[in-house]
Amino acid sequence: MGFFFQELVNGITTGALYSLVALGFSMVYGVLKLLNFAHGDLYMVGAFIGYFVIQWFGGPSALTIPVPLLLVIMFVLAAVVVGGLGVAIERFAYRPLRNAPRIAPLITAIGVSFFLENAALLLFGAQFRIYNTPDFISFSSGIQIGSVSIDAVQIMVLVLGIALMIGLRQLVSRTKLGKQMRAVAADREAAEMMGINVDWTIAATFFLGSALAGVAGVMAGLLFNQVTNTIGFIAGLKAFTAAVVGGIGSIPGAMLGGLLIGVAESFITGYISSTYTNLLVFALLIVVMLVRPTGLLGQPQLQKV
Amino acid sequence: MSTEPQPPGTAGPQVGVDEWVARQAHRREYLPSWLGGAQRLLERIGWWPRLAIAGLAGALLPVLGLGGFQLQVGIDSLVLVLLALGLNVVVGWTGLLDLGYIAFFGFGAYGFALLSSNQLGSHGIHLPAYLSLPIVMAGTAIVGLLVGLPSRRLIGDYLAIVTLFFGEAFVEFTNNVAPSKLGGPNGIVGIDTINAFGHQITTNEGYFYLLLVIVVLTMAVLRRLEGSRTGRGWRAVREDPLAAASMTIPVDRVKLMAFASGAMIAGLAGSIFAAQQISVFPPDFDTPYLILVYAGLVLGGAGSIAGSVTGMLVVMVIYDGVLRSPTDAGYIFYGLILLTLVAKLRPWRRLGIVLAATAVLGFAAHAIAGALSASAVAGGPQSTGWIADALRDWVIVPANPQTPGNYGFVLLVCLLIALVQLTDRWRTILLVPTIYLASFVWETRLIAEPSVTRQLMIGAILIVMMNARPQGLLGARRVEALT
Repeated sequence: MGFFFQELVNGITTGALYSLVALGFSMVYGVLKLLNFAHGDLYMVGAFIGYFVIQWFGGPSALTIPVPLLLVIMFVLAAVVVGGLGVAIERFAYRPLRNAPRIAPLITAIGVSFFLENAALLLFGAQFRIYNTPDFISFSSGIQIGSVSIDAVQIMVLVLGIALMIGLRQLVSRTKLGKQMRAVAADREAAEMMGINVDWTIAATFFLGSALAGVAGVMAGLLFNQVTNTIGFIAGLKAFTAAVVGGIGSIPGAMLGGLLIGVAESFITGYISSTYTNLLVFALLIVVMLVRPTGLLGQPQLQKV
Repeated sequence: MSTEPQPPGTAGPQVGVDEWVARQAHRREYLPSWLGGAQRLLERIGWWPRLAIAGLAGALLPVLGLGGFQLQVGIDSLVLVLLALGLNVVVGWTGLLDLGYIAFFGFGAYGFALLSSNQLGSHGIHLPAYLSLPIVMAGTAIVGLLVGLPSRRLIGDYLAIVTLFFGEAFVEFTNNVAPSKLGGPNGIVGIDTINAFGHQITTNEGYFYLLLVIVVLTMAVLRRLEGSRTGRGWRAVREDPLAAASMTIPVDRVKLMAFASGAMIAGLAGSIFAAQQISVFPPDFDTPYLILVYAGLVLGGAGSIAGSVTGMLVVMVIYDGVLRSPTDAGYIFYGLILLTLVAKLRPWRRLGIVLAATAVLGFAAHAIAGALSASAVAGGPQSTGWIADALRDWVIVPANPQTPGNYGFVLLVCLLIALVQLTDRWRTILLVPTIYLASFVWETRLIAEPSVTRQLMIGAILIVMMNARPQGLLGARRVEALT
């Protein structure tokens, strides 16, 4: 049973990370009805920012500032820069296409994703950048329950992930901005007629969603240790899966979907074989799409004529 | 005369073109100056003679001394042109965003490889090409039909996701499943070449001509299909599935047919590709190639046969032909900047001012940087040929160009975004440092990393074309029905 619970904990941790990426993806889909293929690459940019923050402050084994401060700087900087990048992408690539045929922004999004991936390759090279997390957050600093060990990074990822999700939920359901976002998602034109600044709301949504991806990128760096320019693509695919399985456009759905994908992946790797992990996750997605296209928590929508 | 070829024997507005567009078609815009003249000339020649001329011109290329490496580029281009033609059926005509299209190409290649090598059975299967090609094409069409099945229920984005995952699953599958048969990451090697009319095609010239014939035939078939019941049904479904259904068009069947036809063409392309390469490997069927085909289709204009072919050829010539040699790449880069300026900047006075200001800025910046520190200008342009000589005292290239080049690249992207947002005078003013910075980044970084530059270019084509001219170079402008 120890192995089972260990895999479960690992799965939930990765799942929290996927949830964060999926949340941003789902929010953007909610307001723009756009599959932002570039979302995974924003996560990659976040991971690189985290890496360079560590290097700035002396490298993993010779840090010049205390670890908690370093973590705060990493997360805040990644959130702000990646959020800004998301807003810039929206302004530059997606806004002119808001009333274009549905296929045009999708193809643009593929182009943005490809551009970001290769810009990172140009700037940072193809080699893996290593966070070396154990050098500053020791493995033994976690907690041990029976035979299940949860290290400090996992705890931090879980706590921060859950806190961000709760915060986002509050923001969407309680604040004025959240109300605006929901209004734009429900009907953009009607929202505009009600005096909501649609452009601003969409930009804010992009900022929040991209910032979450940036934070998730830093978490991924801390958890998996390796960063390179191609990690965004596969993470983006997993986030799509999570968002779609949970019901695209639904915030609790994205959280649930992310956790499910993380746990499923962890169990497949642990009990079957890591060779088939991606294949089985993709197969799972295709099956869910065919059986229940609206996802687990999504509401079926009437097609407007 | 409209750009979208008129189906033979039909008069009046076409599918997807409402009255307003039909009226506008008479006074459609031509490209500026002599380009417009060439366009008018091309229009006066009919579609079929144009196809014949293009085919003959293609056939003359090897005679005119296209050989060795260039011939290989030609073959790759023709394979991708075939893919673009197939993708045009699904995306351009039927409007279904198929992001797993490249998997059909892979399926065709692997299918042909298994039927013409030692992989299956104790002695392998070595079917002759006249058997294996139809089998592979039929098989790919059936797979296309199966993948298309969800398209009956899923629309738009959902279909894009399912097909994207199908494509990814294909690469994962060939990489991991049954390594003794599919070869895993080592792929399948030792594939038979194609035997046509009694003699084995082994040379690159042979494959070039084979592909040319196939491409021309495919274009002819697609041209006939375009005006047929099915072709009109495809475009009707693209414009509005609901309206199409109420006009008694069997929407589901029409969609499935588009998927199967597109897949069949991809399967054919894959077979020829496998036979020419005599080997197949999983990465040949991964997303970057899909994006390459999309870039060609989008550049030329989705929905137009001539557009998909031209766009794909332009993309391939730049991607694989020109950008490999730094001198040629420099011509293209500076040529494109100049061409854009000449085409877009009016009046001429403004163009002159911008060019002069850019030149002055460059020499001044170079002189100042050189006076401050000798190592700041020690690098010299990385272009070769006369461009390098012309730019030696103009563009700053530090002795160690990598890091400044990287910062320059980030700044350049920011400047380009700003340039799009600004208008009129500010845009003209900002243009000067942007051009200079572009040259700086080109000489310090981009030219040193041709493979990355090629990929960046593909991404940029997709973004810029979709924003600036969504109908592509040769596509017809469409008017969205108001909802």
